[in-house]
Amino acid sequence: MFGYLVRRIATSLAILFAVSFAVYAIFALLPFDPAALTCGKNCNNPAIIEANRIRLGYDIPFWQQYIVFLGGLFVGRSYSEGAAAIHCPAPSLGYSFNEHECVTTLIVRALPVTASLAIGAMILWLVVGITLGVVAARFRGRSADTASTIFVLIGTSLPTFLTGLLLLVFVVIKWKIIPFPAGNYTPLLENPFEWAQILFLPWVTLAFASAALYTRFVRNAVIETLSEDFIRTARAKGLSEKVILRKHTLRAALAPLATMAGLDFAALLGGAILTEKVFNLPGLGRLSLGAVIEYDLPIIVGATLLSAAIVITMNLIVDLLYAFIDPRVRVAS
Amino acid sequence: MSLLEVNDLLVEFTTSDGIVKAVDGVSFKIDRGETLAIVGESGSGKTVTNLAIMGLLPSKIADISGSAKLDNGAGPIDLLTISGSELRKIRGKDVAMVFQDPMSALHPYYTIGDQIIEAHQIHNQCDEEESAKRAIELLELVGISDAQKRLNAYPHQFSGGMRQRVMIAMALVNNPKVLIADEPTTALDVTVQAQIMKLLADLQKELGMAMILITHDLGVVAGSADRINVMYAGKIVESANVFELFANPQMPYTHGLLASIPRVDRPQLQRLETISGQPPSLISLPAGCAFAPRCTRKSEVSGSACELTMPSLVEVSASHSSRCHLVGLSGLSGSVKR
Repeated sequence: MFGYLVRRIATSLAILFAVSFAVYAIFALLPFDPAALTCGKNCNNPAIIEANRIRLGYDIPFWQQYIVFLGGLFVGRSYSEGAAAIHCPAPSLGYSFNEHECVTTLIVRALPVTASLAIGAMILWLVVGITLGVVAARFRGRSADTASTIFVLIGTSLPTFLTGLLLLVFVVIKWKIIPFPAGNYTPLLENPFEWAQILFLPWVTLAFASAALYTRFVRNAVIETLSEDFIRTARAKGLSEKVILRKHTLRAALAPLATMAGLDFAALLGGAILTEKVFNLPGLGRLSLGAVIEYDLPIIVGATLLSAAIVITMNLIVDLLYAFIDPRVRVAS
Repeated sequence: MSLLEVNDLLVEFTTSDGIVKAVDGVSFKIDRGETLAIVGESGSGKTVTNLAIMGLLPSKIADISGSAKLDNGAGPIDLLTISGSELRKIRGKDVAMVFQDPMSALHPYYTIGDQIIEAHQIHNQCDEEESAKRAIELLELVGISDAQKRLNAYPHQFSGGMRQRVMIAMALVNNPKVLIADEPTTALDVTVQAQIMKLLADLQKELGMAMILITHDLGVVAGSADRINVMYAGKIVESANVFELFANPQMPYTHGLLASIPRVDRPQLQRLETISGQPPSLISLPAGCAFAPRCTRKSEVSGSACELTMPSLVEVSASHSSRCHLVGLSGLSGSVKR
C-alpha cells in the first residue's frame, strides 16, 4: 500500500510537470505579445513595451522563460530592481499587470470563495441526490419514483445561469425570503451567518443540476445492486430489507459515486464560472473569466495549473478512497 | 407430518407478454434426513419452486398460491402465508439455501468472517466472539484449513470451490432443518463438483438435516439423492426413489434425461442421445401433456390423448408416480431401453 502511494504521488508530480510545460507553451506560443498587453489596449509606445518586456522577463527565449517560471514556484520571483521592484514570494505563479498583483495572491484570495461554493454545493447535491436516488429505487415504479423522475428532468434541463437568475428573481427580489446579497463575499471565519446567507442561493443553483444527475445515477446503481446474487443471499439469511439496503446495497452501489463526486468536485474547484458570475462572487471562475477577457496571461496560466493540480490530486484521493471501499481493488494494487 | 410439505404450489408471473405459469400445482414432501432431488432443464420451474418456498420471489410480479408447511417443532407453519417478519425468522435458521454461483453469491466488500458471523447473529442472541467461534467451527467442518485466519479473507481471495464451501458453511451456521441447494455445483469444475457433492452428503448425514437438491444433471444426484422429482414446464412429471427412477423410468422425458448422461459402462461408439425440440413457452402451454410435442412415443397412446388431455400423476408403485398416458399401457415398463 505504501509503495503504491509513493508510486502514485510520483506519477502525479510527473503529470503535473508535463501539464505545466504544456500550459506554459500554449500561452507563450499564442500570437499575442504579452509585453504589449501590459501597457494597455491603445498603447503604441515601443519604449514602454520594450521596458516592460525586460521587466517581466519576456525578452529571453521561451524555454528560459519556462525555467524562470518554474524557479519562481520554489523561490519566488522579483520584477525590476531598486525602488520599483515587485516581489512575488514563493510559490510565485507570475505577476498580473492588469491587477497589479502577484497571481498567487489573487488565487489565494479567490480560492476560499470557490472552495466554499464547491464544498457547500457538493454536500447539498450529495445529500439530495443520494436520498432521492435511494428512495426512488426503494419505491421503484411508485409515486415517489415518478416524482424523482420529474425532478431529474427539470434539474438536467435547466441551465445553471437560468436556475441562478430565477432563484434571484423569485427568492430574493419578489418573495424577499433572503435579503439581496450585498455584493461582497464574507469569509466563513468572519461571519458564518452572513457567509451562509450569501452562498445559499449559489449552493442551490450549483447543486440543482448535479443533484438531479446523482439522483438518476444512485437510483440506477441501487436497483442494479438489489438484483445482485449477494443481495439474494442476504435475504436468504433472514436479514430485514432495511439492513439489506443500508449495509449490503448502499456500499456496493455508492462506490462508483466516489469517482464521480471526486472528479465533479475537482472540476468545480477550478471555478464555477457561470454561478460566480450570476451571483457576483469573487471566486476563481470569475478571476479566470476576467483574465481571459483581458488577455491576462499570467493569471490564465496560474489558474489552469491550479485546476490541473486539483484534478490530479482528486484523482489520487478517489483512487485511494476506492481501495478503501472495495477490497478487491486493495489487493490488485 | 413430514418436515416440509408442499401442496399444490402455483407460481405465476405477470409479464407484458402475458401470464407465465412457472410452477403449476407442485406437491411434494420431505422428511428429516432425507435428500430430495428436483431435476429438470432450465425454465422447468425447479428454482422458482424453492424461491417461492423461501419467500424470495418479488411479490410485485409473482402470484403464489398453495401451501408449504414446515414443521419446526412448534406445529406446522405455512411459509406461504406467514408475515414477512415471521418468515425472516425462519429463513437462514430453519430453512437455509446454497446458491448456484459462489462467485457472485457472496458480498465482495465484506470478509467471509463478517458474512458468516452476520448470518449467525441474526438468529442468535450472542456476542460476536461466540459467533466467530461458531464460524470457525463451520469453516473447519466444510474443510477450510486455517479457518481462524481465513475469517478475515475476502471472497475474491478464494477459489470457486472454496467459495462454495464458504457458502455452505454460512448456510449451516444455524443448524437448519432443511437445506436447499440450488445447482450448487454447476459453476464449478468437475473434480470440485464431486468434492462439493460428497461434502454436502457427508454433512447431511452428520447433521441429520433434510436437503432439497436442485439440478439439471441426473448424474449429480444419482449418488446422493433418496428421491427424485423430475420437473417439466412447471409440473412434476415423475417422482420416484432414486433406484426406481434409474431402473424403471416411466415418462419418456425422464428417459431422455437418462439417455443424455454420458456413461462409462457403455461403449462409446454412438453419439449421446438428445431430446429434440424446445421446451414449450410457459405463457401458452399446450392443452395436453406439455412434453407431447417432443415426445417420440405419443403415437403409442390412442386418440391423440397426449395432445388433448393433461395426464394426472398416477402411482406406478408405492414409491413411484408418473404423469404420463403411457403408464398402465401394457408392456411399457418392459420396453425401457437404456
